[in-house]
Amino acid sequence: MSVDLVRVSFTVNGSPYDLELDPRRLLSDALRHDLRLTGTHVGCEHGVCGACTILVDDAPMRSCLIFAVSLDGAAITTTEGLQSSDGGMGPVQRAFHECHALQCGFCTPGFVTTVTAYLRDHPSPSPEDAREAIAGNLCRCTGYQNIVAAVQRAADLVTEGATGACVAPGTEEPT
Amino acid sequence: MKPAPFTYHRPRGLDEALEVLAALGEAGKVLAGGQSLVPLMSMRLSAPAHLVDVNHVPGLATVHVDEHVVRIGALARHSQVEHDAAAYDALPLLRQALRHVAHPTIRNRGTTVGSLVHGDPAAELPAVLLLLDGSVTLRSAERAREVEAASFFIGPMETALRPGELAVAATFRRPATGSGTAFVEVTRRHGDYAVCGVGAVVGASSARVALLGVGPGPVLVDLPDAVRDEPLDDERVHALVEEAIDPEADIHASADYRRHLAHVLVRRALAEAHHRAPGRAA
Repeated sequence: MSVDLVRVSFTVNGSPYDLELDPRRLLSDALRHDLRLTGTHVGCEHGVCGACTILVDDAPMRSCLIFAVSLDGAAITTTEGLQSSDGGMGPVQRAFHECHALQCGFCTPGFVTTVTAYLRDHPSPSPEDAREAIAGNLCRCTGYQNIVAAVQRAADLVTEGATGACVAPGTEEPT
Repeated sequence: MKPAPFTYHRPRGLDEALEVLAALGEAGKVLAGGQSLVPLMSMRLSAPAHLVDVNHVPGLATVHVDEHVVRIGALARHSQVEHDAAAYDALPLLRQALRHVAHPTIRNRGTTVGSLVHGDPAAELPAVLLLLDGSVTLRSAERAREVEAASFFIGPMETALRPGELAVAATFRRPATGSGTAFVEVTRRHGDYAVCGVGAVVGASSARVALLGVGPGPVLVDLPDAVRDEPLDDERVHALVEEAIDPEADIHASADYRRHLAHVLVRRALAEAHHRAPGRAA
């Protein structure tokens, strides 16, 4: 079946794109296959796992639940766009690294985007807040403990700049 | 997990959208948030030939509050409604229920009106619309009509929406001053569809609950004797709820477990709503 391609313009990580796409192209596939931005990972493809989470106009959304042609005029941010201005790891990425909040890393891009948006509105989350913030993202490696620590570490890095170190659960100094 | 091919339409105004829908008739399907539709299409459970994307139609992302109603436009995302301060002051039940709709990430894209039109029997918003005697405004190229919640939800995934129509708004009626509301549910996993859920409104001289997950659509139960200033007659409530529900078994829960949950959650929702009614001693 021949399909009519549809024109769509949006920015990804600040770069403008003007594409002609099959309308059934999911945003997750458009990012990975058409734009070669493979930082966004595709897990369940029906909105459950959170691996493909990206930011649309700064709000986290599932890229597997959006047709790319539907985002005409939008500003999209992927994990590639969340690095620091010098090209190194951004604060959330660095916190995940420092806190060992990933093992295989497949789910990490979805966590990084979700946590980045969450910290904008909630600059100092409690461990309970952090759990709520990541409740829509699945990780099969870590058991989440280090991810919760990374959310709090990221909050410190975002608000204070780089001081201190990650405090993993169960490793706090006795008081 | 890839949708079947379809023809895409991107109207830039309401009149254009209605014209496109009129021309397509049965073949046209509206795309708003897509948080239910896109997975259905990816799993090939749905394969519309034409999608009419209303995301670029201006003027539909509205939350209107007045002394009688809260009216939600077709493109208001769940998160917009959830965080709208005026809507919360006017009708706390909306936020109470929306907090149970999937995860925040899904609520950033999914629309409140879209959830109503989707008509999932496990969804929260249809129960809330029914509980508040709400209605849905349907527009076609020829006319507009207002359909009351009681006749809007026909069966699982089936509503009164006709081919060529667009649901442009949903109107939730504010309960009488002095009422308290609550929404409670039990899910297998955080943010998942509810096995059973209950919304409640308790006023000075009336109480009612709406249940989800225990019938082909939301189930409304009026509890005329459950007056706010007196202890609820648990046996009477139990009998009225028992009469109204007809739970079915599926892979998530047996019919008996759903029935058990319905009664537990009704008690819990009524107690919470009762507690929240303004002017009540804590």
